[in-house]
Amino acid sequence: MREEIIVSGRNNYLIDPHLHIWHWQIPLYLFLGGLAAGILFFAAFFTLMGKENKYRTAVRIAPHLVPWVLVVGLFALLLDLKHQLYFWRLYTTIRLESPMSWGAWVLMLVTPLSFIWSAIHIKEIFPKWDWKFKILKDLEGFFTSKKTSIAWVMAISSIILGVYTGILFSAFNARPLWNTSILGPLFLASGLSAGAAVIMLLSKKHKERNMFAKIDIGIIVVELFLIIHMFMGFLASTQVQIDAAELFLGGPWTAPFWIFVVILGMIVPIFLEVLELRKFKIPVVIPAGLVLFGSLMLRFIIAYAGQESRWLY
Amino acid sequence: MRYAMAIDTKKCVGCSDCVVACQTENNVPIGYCRDWVVEVTDGTYPQLEIEIRSERCNQCSNSPCVRCCPTGASHYAEGGIVLVTPNKCIGCGACIQSCPYDARYSHPEGYVDKCTFCIHRIKKGLEPACVSACPTKCMYFGDLDDPKSPVSEILKVRKSKTLIPEAGTKPQLYFLI
Repeated sequence: MREEIIVSGRNNYLIDPHLHIWHWQIPLYLFLGGLAAGILFFAAFFTLMGKENKYRTAVRIAPHLVPWVLVVGLFALLLDLKHQLYFWRLYTTIRLESPMSWGAWVLMLVTPLSFIWSAIHIKEIFPKWDWKFKILKDLEGFFTSKKTSIAWVMAISSIILGVYTGILFSAFNARPLWNTSILGPLFLASGLSAGAAVIMLLSKKHKERNMFAKIDIGIIVVELFLIIHMFMGFLASTQVQIDAAELFLGGPWTAPFWIFVVILGMIVPIFLEVLELRKFKIPVVIPAGLVLFGSLMLRFIIAYAGQESRWLY
Repeated sequence: MRYAMAIDTKKCVGCSDCVVACQTENNVPIGYCRDWVVEVTDGTYPQLEIEIRSERCNQCSNSPCVRCCPTGASHYAEGGIVLVTPNKCIGCGACIQSCPYDARYSHPEGYVDKCTFCIHRIKKGLEPACVSACPTKCMYFGDLDDPKSPVSEILKVRKSKTLIPEAGTKPQLYFLI
């Protein structure tokens, strides 16, 4: 049999035998960024639809989590940097061709917005909240009066944030598994699904929970469709992308991906949510928890497996 | 000006002198390398062919590492050489992910490091350390825009290839075959 054996004298730490420069920090951050994008999108969307009172949890309760989610995510991102003292260099330039630069600037917009949104709804959580200083009260009044504009900016920037979590990977042609533009919409959908799961968990109203179960089912169906599309694209592409798909179609990542992401993170939650809508009593924590777990695992598995996929030459 | 290097795979014996010369010249941290030797054995036994290549950063003209750098630390210097400015680099690793040749690594001090074509030597009119150390003289360096440069002269008379040109990076490291 004709064979090719490649022996390399290179043995750089974290580069060889296969790349592992990104550890848990990046997938965790991408999950939290997607989750924040999902929650903020629903808050903005239902505000703009004028359904603020009908979907109170989505608009006024769940967004209080977002500043914390983003702070933890940004901290994970900082931990990932290997030249941390220079992180401010991100904000001395705008580089349109670099997804990382886009992400840094979008976060610079979304993070303050999430704090503002949380602040103007603080009385939902602490009814006796008092801002103590007049200037803070005035600011709250100002932002409350501009709520529709804020919701517009938040809706658009949260979609950019959600898509960016996937584009960050898909922009790398050197990692064939990541090099598919499907990852942008797939990660956005996964973030929206995670956001819907958190709203279901927090909501005390049956109607709101049912609405978000329906939304979640719709998004998961889209995700499954995107995953099938992704593999069809890979298998119809070049040898390196066929090899990348093989990682999940018989290769070492087959079981984790299909069991954790697709079955436990998508198919089981859809099944439970449909049962719930058919008046079966299902504790909401099970489907919602599984959706969050699946969303996190999707990031981890794509991040780790992607670094194992490469060009051979 | 367009600096490039041509490496004769028929002359290279894989002695790794280029690797050691680079490590010494550039004070590369122990355990790391900016250039390395690859041996490819191909065929059906006993009809085997071997190709030995001294590899390094391909100093691509369409560098994904420069495009994806969020701070501008990775940039094109004179002659198209791709360099990293350590005190602009945040160590995010995006450029390492973007390189199909895996030519970059994370320096223990935090920034990303790679082959510079020994730009500090070129500026003095010297050859890169790997080229000047090669005992079989299998490496040719120079300006592709200058038809009289060693690299232009050899590429005129020998067949050559670049590594994974289909990755679209327009590599400037040529291998004579």
